[in-house]
Amino acid sequence: MTATLIWILVGLVAIGLYLSWTAGRLDRLHSRIDAARAALDAQLLRRASVAQELATSGVLDPAASIVLYEAAHAARQAEEEQREVAESELSQALRAVFGEVAQVEAVREAPGGDAAASELAQAVRRVPMARRFHNDAVRAARALRRHRKVRWFRLAGHAPFPMAFEMDDEPPTALADRPTS
Amino acid sequence: MRIGIVCPYSWDVPGGVQFHIRDLAEHLIRLGHEVSVLAPADDDTPLPPYVVSAGRAVPVPYNGSVARLNFGFLSAARVRRWLHDGTFDVIHIHEPASPSLGLLACWAAQGPIVATFHTSNPRSRAMVAAYSILQAALEKISARIAVSEYARRTLVEHLGGDAVVIPNGVDVDFFARAKPKAEWQGDTLGFIGRIDEPRKGLPVLMKALPKILAERPGTRLLVAGRGDEEEAVESLPAEMRSRVEFLGMISDEDKARFLRSVDVYVAPNTGGESFGIILVEAMSAGAPVLASDLDAFTQVLDQGAAGELFANEDADALAASALRLLGDPERRAELRERGSAHVRRFDWSTVGADILSVYETVTDGAAAVATDERTGLRARFGLARD
Repeated sequence: MTATLIWILVGLVAIGLYLSWTAGRLDRLHSRIDAARAALDAQLLRRASVAQELATSGVLDPAASIVLYEAAHAARQAEEEQREVAESELSQALRAVFGEVAQVEAVREAPGGDAAASELAQAVRRVPMARRFHNDAVRAARALRRHRKVRWFRLAGHAPFPMAFEMDDEPPTALADRPTS
Repeated sequence: MRIGIVCPYSWDVPGGVQFHIRDLAEHLIRLGHEVSVLAPADDDTPLPPYVVSAGRAVPVPYNGSVARLNFGFLSAARVRRWLHDGTFDVIHIHEPASPSLGLLACWAAQGPIVATFHTSNPRSRAMVAAYSILQAALEKISARIAVSEYARRTLVEHLGGDAVVIPNGVDVDFFARAKPKAEWQGDTLGFIGRIDEPRKGLPVLMKALPKILAERPGTRLLVAGRGDEEEAVESLPAEMRSRVEFLGMISDEDKARFLRSVDVYVAPNTGGESFGIILVEAMSAGAPVLASDLDAFTQVLDQGAAGELFANEDADALAASALRLLGDPERRAELRERGSAHVRRFDWSTVGADILSVYETVTDGAAAVATDERTGLRARFGLARD
């Protein structure tokens, strides 16, 4: 009788430890998502700022300046729900403006243009990176949260269900800064 | 930036991953970063100043061949000490899914972790069984890098999640500046790789050789690499054996000169390749490349635009393509030119910048790497006082 009780107790403790370990994993995943989201925000903001700077610098022709300024401004001001759409539109505007190598060359030749072009090139390359890392973290957290043990024991607490950040982040080819073949 | 790199395979054994880590570490040090590499090594082997030994690796049969791996209590303790002493801003783990240092480091660390997946093995039963254990360790990785689109696809299929593709790097100018050696020139085919490893494809080339020699008797095949030379030429008719020259293991300098000299570099590999660094090196040296159409090779050769492809394991197709190339100097010159332009994207200046971008993306605003202390019991039940 006592033996059975002891075994039940041991079993319960083991289950408790396992659940607590799982909760620890989940907690770590949530903080990874937060860090990845902060990194993504930083890269998106950097991209929009450089785009806006270039649009107001007078290096580009007036039409391109307006298109770029409009898109960069909208991306920076966007509410959370419209953010993905606004950032995608900025990607499209960047592709339209910097579609030609000649345009990038023209920017580089202007005084201070080289630094601005390099910074923009870096930003358009890092946005897809940061987004991929963020969505990878989201996927890992979702996979764990869908598990029975997490749902039944409510191990996720009140943390919101993580959402992937979906947008068009294709960089302009002329700016992607790859030596072309 | 303080960067810790974890190498899963023995430093004293030459291999693609080890060379990649050596070149990456040296590139980052040249840029002014502080780099420490943790690698398995015998205690008495001389190591470069930036390498820290994690102890001797034990040969264990794993995944169809004998792998030299590190595990156990002692290795785990060394990993923890390295992490603790290094106070790294970011650690970069190579092959985190292999049961060696990579996995141990993943288990022991917390903070910004970057991981590179080199291999693209077919899903093994062991991996399926260990999936949940692996998942708990791998979900700590903040950024994953795959060395090719093909490696990325395998990663997505096996482990889920996503990765950015950054190819392996090559010091293009080192190969481009090498001086050709006269004795290796003039109707020569080149092959570099282990002679006794059938996946490197030398048997396919040996099967194709009689056809090539029948039409162009002056052709020579130069083979550089370890292995039994007698056994390799066994399938050839006796009078043709003199057309094959074995050079044994060659130094990096000689490898560059070798690739500068040969008329066609042949890569008949039959499988198990996830990237194909040797093709990039051959193109850097301006050698026209003829390779089997493995997924990884097709991608490195830009879908066949930067080098010729033949149907994998098809000796007749190999012979036909080799003859066509040997007899057409214009096509070879064209391939040389296209290859040299194409490899620029694999130069360390480009690849290193991409890897640094990944480091900077994950360290932006994050705390430094630390050892992952297991939460105390009191804290788990919410009783700990901060």
